[in-house]
Amino acid sequence: MTSKKARLIQGNRACAEGAMAAGVRFFAGYPITPSTEIAEIMSEELPKLGGKFIQMEDEIASMACIIGASLTGKKVLTASSGPGISLKQEAIGYACMTEIPCVIVNVQRLGPSTGGPTSSAQGDIMQARWGTHGDHPIIALCPSSVYECFTLTVTAVNFAEKYRTPVYVLMDEIIGHMREKVILPNIDEIKIVNRKRPTCPSNEYKPYQIDETLIPAMADFGTGYKWHVTGLFHDETGFPSGKPKVIEEQFKRLMTKFDKYSDEILSWEETEAEDAEILLVAYGSTARSALDAVNILRSEGIKVGLFRPITIWPFPEKRLKTLAEKANKIIVPEMNYGQLILEVERICKDKASVGGLFKFNSLPITPEEIMFKIREVL
Amino acid sequence: MRPELQKLFRMDKLPHIWCPGCGHGIITRAIAEAINESDLDLDKTVIVSGIGCSSRAPGYMHFDTLHTLHGRALAFATGVKLANPELNVFVLTGDGDATAIGGNHFIHAARRNIDLNIILFNNNIYGMTGGQYSPLTPTGKIASTSPYGNPENNFDIPALAIAAGASYVARGTAFHDKLLIDCIKEGIKNKGFSLIEAMSMCPTSYGRRNKMGNAADMLNDLKTTAVNINVAKKLPPEKLEGKFLIGKLHHKPYPEFTQEYDKLIAKLQKGAE
Repeated sequence: MTSKKARLIQGNRACAEGAMAAGVRFFAGYPITPSTEIAEIMSEELPKLGGKFIQMEDEIASMACIIGASLTGKKVLTASSGPGISLKQEAIGYACMTEIPCVIVNVQRLGPSTGGPTSSAQGDIMQARWGTHGDHPIIALCPSSVYECFTLTVTAVNFAEKYRTPVYVLMDEIIGHMREKVILPNIDEIKIVNRKRPTCPSNEYKPYQIDETLIPAMADFGTGYKWHVTGLFHDETGFPSGKPKVIEEQFKRLMTKFDKYSDEILSWEETEAEDAEILLVAYGSTARSALDAVNILRSEGIKVGLFRPITIWPFPEKRLKTLAEKANKIIVPEMNYGQLILEVERICKDKASVGGLFKFNSLPITPEEIMFKIREVL
Repeated sequence: MRPELQKLFRMDKLPHIWCPGCGHGIITRAIAEAINESDLDLDKTVIVSGIGCSSRAPGYMHFDTLHTLHGRALAFATGVKLANPELNVFVLTGDGDATAIGGNHFIHAARRNIDLNIILFNNNIYGMTGGQYSPLTPTGKIASTSPYGNPENNFDIPALAIAAGASYVARGTAFHDKLLIDCIKEGIKNKGFSLIEAMSMCPTSYGRRNKMGNAADMLNDLKTTAVNINVAKKLPPEKLEGKFLIGKLHHKPYPEFTQEYDKLIAKLQKGAE
């Protein structure tokens, strides 16, 4: 499937290949632009690997379907875009609550509603964090190149398995449809993580056990553990409980389970950020324009840097705070009306002035526009 | 409870949450009897449900059980069965769960003829939320959201399932429990989408508002309104007015989805050798 030769491939293909390399053997989806290529590739490749592809009757069903498949022990994926991701929210919340590993790819398009199916946007940043009702934890990874579509999908599958959680791969249309030269890693170079499975006798199994790992073991359906899964608040045994103490204990474990592993989960990339007086915070395709702007302006002696969060949720807060102490000004370019800037403002408000460069007319943000903005605030 | 049935239940979770007089307990026992008599591998049996009164049944049953989202049980069950076709998968659902919010999943699961055993508890009402009208509340009947009588028409669930592609369709009732057990057993044997509509009764949220008497009266109504399909065949149409049919209504086996998919895998993998 992968080889060490250089190839010219699309982000959506790199994502699909990353998923299969990470061990995904089940895909359920529904056609939607601009993510459809992922489903098409999976429908062709998965059965060759003994895996399963199914095109469900709608987006809600495809999300539910991968959760069901994950419960049998399979690594699972679905892919969609704005309108479809909105429909999936109900079952994403179920996966958060029941802690079922699964990966959701969102190739972002212009929204709201039908919006711009073939136009790029980054308008689902907050939806990824808070799309489903109620407090819940989530991980969202944001690739900025075709190569990263591959590697971050592998990471997303690994995180889903290790932390028993849904994980988003938050692409955008430009990244999904862009073709780039890549040399993908061989299968044997890829680190694979499998979920923790119980080894205890079935009558001792607690699928939501609170221990120091905060991540309980998960039994495959059909292996004799005979456990109960419910979207109701449940105790350590998995059965419904309305006791305030039980709800609070399980809620706390759920909401804090990533904190313990933040060193592993949080990732970002810095370019000339250490001594930057003006710091750009950019992600996805926009980070590519931001990188160009940094390189050009640095050659003119302007101290500009780039902080690119790769893990968007949870946000790499500590590091940005440190950088903000040195930078006077922070600029957040994004293809929306201003979303991640809210998080940046929250983190940096006492350290630096934060301004945005927002574009929401279906066109990408260019390096020139970013440079113009920087010169404006100099 | 007989010992052979006890092993199919989580005895420590009983008694159940259903109201006195509810028909769901009888139907749940019928499911357990059918499983017990079908010699299924209990470790390889999964019970999936949606949301509603009927969907609480799996919580009492000692299997891998999946209590999902309102209307979505069949979509989850499709994932379970396709991912591991070795598993025997049951779906317990209600009239609102399966035919209102879950109507689309219902017809598409039937269309695929995926090997699932669906037991649809039909109590003609949304019981869990306190008695709102469902697609199976008879026209004219009172519900908390149809205080002047239900102005809508009903689905004919077996006809819907047959039209959509179900390969086995039957109906039993909380009164005709022996027949219900036989229908479920036949459904288990059928390799494909098997739908068993189980007529239940809800004295609390439906019968009370419609002055249908107590639970025993409602059970008696099921007895007198149901006509076995074998008997019905010999009756003139006027004798069947206001009645509903019970028994095996449809059985037409044809290729099952997960088996067909496995054949595709085998073919592709053989081609690659």
